[in-house]
Amino acid sequence: MNPEELHQLAEQHANTRTQIPHRIRVCAGTSCMGLHSDQLVSAVQRELKQHGHEKTCRVSGVGCMGLCSAGPLVAVDPDGILYQHVSETDISAIVASVGNAPLEQLRCPTDIPFFTHQKRVVLEHCGEIDPERIEDALAVGGYTALLKALTEMTPAEVITQVMRSGLRGRGGAGYPAGLKWTTVAKARNPRKFVICNGDEGDPGAFMDRGVMEGDPHRMIEAMAIAGYAIGANEGYFFVRGEYTTSVKRLRKAILQAERSGLLGANIFGTPFSFTLEVRIGAGAFVSGEETALIASIEGRRGTPNPRPPYPAEQGLWGCPTLINNVATLASIPPIINHGSEWYASMGTPNSKGTHVFALTGKVAHTGLIEVPLGTTLREVIFEIGGGIPNGHSFKAVQMGGPSGGCIPAEHLDTPIGYEDLQRIGAMIGSGGILVLDDTSSMVEVARFFMEFCMTESCGKCVPCRVGTVQMHNLLTRISTGAATTHDLALLESLCDLVQHTSLCGLGRSAPNPVLSTLRYFREEYEASLTSTPSNELIPLTARPPAPPTNGPNGKGA
Amino acid sequence: MPSSVRVKTLRIDDLDVAGDEQQTIFDVAIEHDIPIPTLCHLDGLGAVGACRMCLVEVTNANQTRLQPACATPIEEGMQIVTNSPRLQEYRRMILELLFAEGNHVCAVCVSNGHCELQGLAQSVGMTHVRFPYHYPQRSVDASHRRFVVDHNRCVLCTRCVRVCDEIEGAHTWDLMGASSQTQVVTDLNQPWAEAETCTGCGKCIHVCPTGALFEKGHSVAEMHKRRQFLPYLRAMREREL
Repeated sequence: MNPEELHQLAEQHANTRTQIPHRIRVCAGTSCMGLHSDQLVSAVQRELKQHGHEKTCRVSGVGCMGLCSAGPLVAVDPDGILYQHVSETDISAIVASVGNAPLEQLRCPTDIPFFTHQKRVVLEHCGEIDPERIEDALAVGGYTALLKALTEMTPAEVITQVMRSGLRGRGGAGYPAGLKWTTVAKARNPRKFVICNGDEGDPGAFMDRGVMEGDPHRMIEAMAIAGYAIGANEGYFFVRGEYTTSVKRLRKAILQAERSGLLGANIFGTPFSFTLEVRIGAGAFVSGEETALIASIEGRRGTPNPRPPYPAEQGLWGCPTLINNVATLASIPPIINHGSEWYASMGTPNSKGTHVFALTGKVAHTGLIEVPLGTTLREVIFEIGGGIPNGHSFKAVQMGGPSGGCIPAEHLDTPIGYEDLQRIGAMIGSGGILVLDDTSSMVEVARFFMEFCMTESCGKCVPCRVGTVQMHNLLTRISTGAATTHDLALLESLCDLVQHTSLCGLGRSAPNPVLSTLRYFREEYEASLTSTPSNELIPLTARPPAPPTNGPNGKGA
Repeated sequence: MPSSVRVKTLRIDDLDVAGDEQQTIFDVAIEHDIPIPTLCHLDGLGAVGACRMCLVEVTNANQTRLQPACATPIEEGMQIVTNSPRLQEYRRMILELLFAEGNHVCAVCVSNGHCELQGLAQSVGMTHVRFPYHYPQRSVDASHRRFVVDHNRCVLCTRCVRVCDEIEGAHTWDLMGASSQTQVVTDLNQPWAEAETCTGCGKCIHVCPTGALFEKGHSVAEMHKRRQFLPYLRAMREREL
């Protein structure tokens, strides 16, 4: 494909869209699919056919629309009228209402803060386009950033743009993306790789899934731009095995891009060639760690290796490798299209741009949201999230999954930023926001995450493999009221050990949920202790708990 | 050794030392008779940095980190502390965790008196275990004509896996499962006697730090491990390269 063809195609597909005045979008994101929204698509098709509306209205299954708690969602264009909790029996009424007055009883208001307070950059086309059709992606400007990068910019200029945008790794560690790109670009090796880390595994996190399922062509475009910038001609999507829809849609998108000449040899007639392949994780959480991910792609056991050497110098098959998280890469095309200043104008001085979050737990509106960094937790939970339902009160918010921490009410006005959250003992992590109300036991929360870390430990290093088992036992004892002060002291020294001696980020951050709940809710731990025996049997040197470290360092920037 | 190797200078425990860039902290420390405890590491095998016994405090560019000496290449200007009270405490706790994890009963073990786990416990002054024992249900495979693997005594150092792969080239051993369910297996978890790739060389027996791998015909405290072949093989290989 040459640049003219891209423009022509984009125009042609955009015209097709305008020629058919009405369009019904059915959410085909994971949550709505779980409520059988795929059956809604066929029901709409049937209904349109029956009433002969095929020429004036078309139907598409689209990526996640965001408000999962109101699913399945159906939207009617051009007015974007949104219907919630749609069942198959509602379809005929919805189809009949197309072009007429909307159905008020099913309507989901779109002027609520959940929609109006968001800033969708990564998710801009998610929920708008049919992810399985490259035509839809091209119609909304897909691959124009790749065209711009390949034809108007040098690789160094692309990296400068990423550098200036202030984009930081969205996988959890928050490492500056531009710096990472520079390191790999400067590595001297004829063969390099780009890897997209789609091994999202934190409990309650579904941001990457939303992006991969909702806009796979965005991911392909970003990977090709990254490959061009760092001098790599091969890329891999490493996708969690459980994400079957993501795998299916990415594979389909790769095929479509290859057929259109947007992947392969001499893209847009330039000397740049790029190929992509999907690799599927085998179900281990730790495979999201960079070195374990590389081992898994190479066909070995997905266990981490000591760093250095870093993947940027010696990664996949010993070649310099760039590993970025899904959301990091998905931010690249808009940065190239709109410029780094535009991106850097959003966010805080140290945390630029927008961030996608999975808002879950005891909050009225749950789902996938995207806000500029610097937004406060209060805005996210009480405005966008609509507050705590059922008359309960807010207790804490858990951020960053098993690597993160709990934030109590007193810190609700903290702006969401990498350093800001670290200061209060939590982290952005990959972007899971789990809201807890006054019915939640904090010891139980810590125990839940410890159980997760225990079962997901790869078993390679001793502190993580055995330490998490011991910590889980102690937390179980505490939550069942069988523990003593001795047990609490033992738990704290184990936290210190596992945090400082484990091999990879999973182990090093495993004690974080315990440390942060101890920091803010220590009285809950102490209240469940049975008695206070003499401390004679505690030979451990009492060490105050250290603040949680920066999470799974290297879970892809 | 290629002539282009660069020499780096660093400081280990108040001693200024130098090494070539391909050496690890552990290599340089040993050359200068600075002891660093190890368990998974064995001279002649690739390093994995799994047991965390050899963690040392490394200060470089005003940042102090704990790094495994066996797997960390030296860098110019590193300041290394090998035996601080903090490290001693960590090492002791790691050993306690290992003792609590398996079923280590020295009194009935073939390696009693020659066991590296036991030796380490003595050297760090571990008198008792503060953690509850797991008492796992683990098996013993005595199907092989000459050898036995007793998983109760295995610390998952993976020396057997590495020696079999890197030195013997058979790759009979590997790991199965994850977390506390991790286990070394022969040939996709076949009984050892039926593991077709096993050459019966016995190298795994002799690199095993505990009594988990032993030769039949040895009673309590009778199993001595001989590892002279490893440095010899390594020297031969280096000469070939």
